[in-house]
Amino acid sequence: MNESLLPGFIIAIPILGAALPLALGLFRQQVGWAVAAVVLALETAVATVLAYFIYVDGQRVVHALGGENYGRREGAAGGYESEGFAVGIELVADALSGAMILLIATVALIVLAFSRRSGPRGNAFYSGYLLLTGGLMGVAMTGDLFNLFVFLEIVGLATYAMVASGRHASAAVAALKYLIIGTAGASLYLVGVGYLYVVTGTLNMVDVSHSLAGNPEWIDGPLYSDPLVLGAFAFIAVGLATKAAIYPLHTWQPDAYAESPDSVTIYISALVSTLSAYALARITWNVFTPEFFAATANAEWMLNGLLVLAGLSVLVGSALAAMQRRVKRMFAYSSVAQFGLIVIAIGVAVHPAAGETATQFAVYGVVIHLIAHAIIKGGLFASAGAFRAGSHATTVSDYAGLAKQRPFLSGAVAILGFGIVGVPPTVGFIGKWYIGVGAVQAGLWAVVFVIFASTLLTLVYIARILEKLYFDYQPEDAPPHAEASDAIATDGGNAAEETTQTGFLGTTPSLSVGMLAVVAIATLLSVVLGFMGSELTDAVQPIADAVIENSPEVGSND
Amino acid sequence: MIEILTSRYTYLLFAILLVIGLYMVVASSNLVKKVIGLNLFQTAIFLFFVTTAYVAESGGEQGSAPVIPQDAQAYDPYASPLPHVIVLTAIVVGVALTAVALALIVRIYSEYGTLDEATLKEVRADE
Repeated sequence: MNESLLPGFIIAIPILGAALPLALGLFRQQVGWAVAAVVLALETAVATVLAYFIYVDGQRVVHALGGENYGRREGAAGGYESEGFAVGIELVADALSGAMILLIATVALIVLAFSRRSGPRGNAFYSGYLLLTGGLMGVAMTGDLFNLFVFLEIVGLATYAMVASGRHASAAVAALKYLIIGTAGASLYLVGVGYLYVVTGTLNMVDVSHSLAGNPEWIDGPLYSDPLVLGAFAFIAVGLATKAAIYPLHTWQPDAYAESPDSVTIYISALVSTLSAYALARITWNVFTPEFFAATANAEWMLNGLLVLAGLSVLVGSALAAMQRRVKRMFAYSSVAQFGLIVIAIGVAVHPAAGETATQFAVYGVVIHLIAHAIIKGGLFASAGAFRAGSHATTVSDYAGLAKQRPFLSGAVAILGFGIVGVPPTVGFIGKWYIGVGAVQAGLWAVVFVIFASTLLTLVYIARILEKLYFDYQPEDAPPHAEASDAIATDGGNAAEETTQTGFLGTTPSLSVGMLAVVAIATLLSVVLGFMGSELTDAVQPIADAVIENSPEVGSND
Repeated sequence: MIEILTSRYTYLLFAILLVIGLYMVVASSNLVKKVIGLNLFQTAIFLFFVTTAYVAESGGEQGSAPVIPQDAQAYDPYASPLPHVIVLTAIVVGVALTAVALALIVRIYSEYGTLDEATLKEVRADE
């Protein structure tokens, strides 16, 4: 079998599959969920095979779209030697994108179990769902800067539609806000790409990196001090930081997470911002490389600016999270803080003050915390959705004393909550630990302070929920949500119940086994991965090596 | 300065349009005008890409369309085709975004009966 075709399949399968729910919907209603399940099962299988080639065989799988003829080869075009430049778009599966592919495929498949009962139903929704998965895969795989923009916009468009699929019109308002800010961010990224293209004459990430370093013969010396290159980094960083919801460009995110249907919130909180942060890491580490930030004082100044914004994002996000009344908004602001941490680590890894060990630990921290945040935050939103479905609880005060009724869900919230705080043995601890150690090694003490402050601030809002759940009992004249949940608990919450509950918060689905399964899987994964620290760092090691060596190509394990 | 204005005016136009578009997005309270501003913002970027592709007055010759005849020998100042392709793709993305944005605005209008951001805020606060 030719493994170089796999990166193509992994994007094509969900995008082609996205047409099926609509097409088959002409013949049968409600066929969307089954189609999505089949397509995503296939996708997960392909992703697993590809991950095997990456991590076990230690390969860097590259697929040149349009055939091998247009790959890197010698030739003269218009008087310039084009030797070493790729023509056409490359899809690259390496140790960095491999982790993202596995994450996307797994999360997409698991969240389906949640949406089976909670909806939104309808074939169009599942078309959007598959399109979003395909777009995310594209962001992870592409080795081309402009192609990355296109996939970011595919992800964006699908996400706006998914957010707007909430029944209430406030979902449309949140989606429009997200659309305007998200598009402005993506456009700023495009300006940065345009600047890089003007300077280097190529869009391929590896070639751009080589050109910036001054490797091709027709470039005299590194281009790192070129104002266009400095401007390009600023535009790209701001654009992708907008998409990853970094303060002060995070304002779209709490609305979008809080107003979208529960299954959509789980999906986008786990993946959409994650992939934007991944793109930022990929470009900062592999395209600009640490040499760029060490070369000029301006570049270091910009990097410090990014660190300051990310640090503010951590502090402001945590503080706002602690002040929220609604649980989903609290978790949404918590994501602002967590992505602040990730961007801090992205910056620390390439910081001129960072030595080899600091870079290594910061890289570990970014990749592990991206995965940890996706699993834990997805799990937390799944718990919030399950609490809403089972007990009609949406605000923190609604959670009072629910631990007695829902011991399993409450336990899951406790474990996942401690995961986001960074308590061992959860995977959240490993990610945060490496980010912290990386900053300590680099001697960036202000950053170290922010990281440890973030842990305490995270504890504040997680403790608020846990205190409500476990230590705050309901008075005798309980509010209506407690009665409603009793009714479900007695008959197991069958479909007939749904009609009677209509009118309270719109249509609220009842608690299903699938929802509990999603929460259980997320909780289990967060603990199991917590015991696999050395396996995770082994898998991430090639990325750290590439960053240390200023190499644009993330090599293999051996 | 004058030379820059006469020979590089499209870059200046790019910057001006970019800022006008962004200002419209931020300052206008009408949702449709915000989307128009967003379009202007993106169009400015298209202009930048097309400008970079155009080879003006290189060696006394104007850049021409990148259709290269088979017997062409020497290097001629052709306009680079790649940015044009990029712009074409970006236009498609922009059209799709505008369509989604307008669909959302239609939904907002049918629900709240207003397109004004301030009024929308008041209506939603009353809920």
